[in-house]
Amino acid sequence: MRQYEVTFIVDPVLSGDEIKKTAKTYNDMIAKEGGKIVNEDNIGLKQLAYPINKRSSGIYFCTEFQVETGEMINRMELAFRRDERVMRFLTVHLDKYGVKYNEDKRNGLIGTKKKNDKDEVKPDPSKKPPYKDKKKAKPAAAAPAAPATPPTPAPVAAAAPVVAPETVKAPEPTPVANVKSEEE
Amino acid sequence: MATRDEIKFLSNPTIGGQRKKYCRFKKFGIKHIDYKDPDFLLQFINDQGKILPRRITGNSLKYQKKVAIAVKRARHLAILPYVADLLK
Repeated sequence: MRQYEVTFIVDPVLSGDEIKKTAKTYNDMIAKEGGKIVNEDNIGLKQLAYPINKRSSGIYFCTEFQVETGEMINRMELAFRRDERVMRFLTVHLDKYGVKYNEDKRNGLIGTKKKNDKDEVKPDPSKKPPYKDKKKAKPAAAAPAAPATPPTPAPVAAAAPVVAPETVKAPEPTPVANVKSEEE
Repeated sequence: MATRDEIKFLSNPTIGGQRKKYCRFKKFGIKHIDYKDPDFLLQFINDQGKILPRRITGNSLKYQKKVAIAVKRARHLAILPYVADLLK
């Protein structure tokens, strides 16, 4: 099984139905030739980097498919050349990394490849988690503390006038107050 | 003997120092270069749309070849221009 990816640009002046029909023609053709379509992607209207056939924009389609042999590629490309609706096309054989890349992209693992790799690495080492843990720990700690706090301040406050002179007790109420203010 | 910390330089000695170049594909483990991603490929071309040489990008030979192929495919599909001015 060989995996291919065909990208083609359809003329934007055609009507919406006709554009969809064009894309469908080729997807059907792949299926008819014994190919298995892995993914069809309508990338949509994009500005071209340079004019093609006096058009400054085009509608991009990208189809990924598997076939036993590449025999049908020639027939498909011939059809592309004869088709006036298609401005450009490119068929590429995907290696194992390409297949994996496209799979990851479909699953939303990558915005760009580089970011993906960094993101994958980041959660693992012990450098980053402390920050995240702290943030997570605060609300987590605050949540159980919240029901607990209402009863506790009362005794503390009650005890405060009695034990007020003690400097040890004094710092304790302040963090509680802080936590409360954060919750609010 | 004065240590390096104690010496006062007239200019910052770290400025103008050569930073070691590296291949980002090897460093970050990137195996596949997508020709449909112009933002990524823009890092490997200059203002005129020319492919930057290895001596500037620091790519290894293996990935420089792949970058070149990806850029050329992108040009064919009008994702990147063949010729440009003030591309960046």
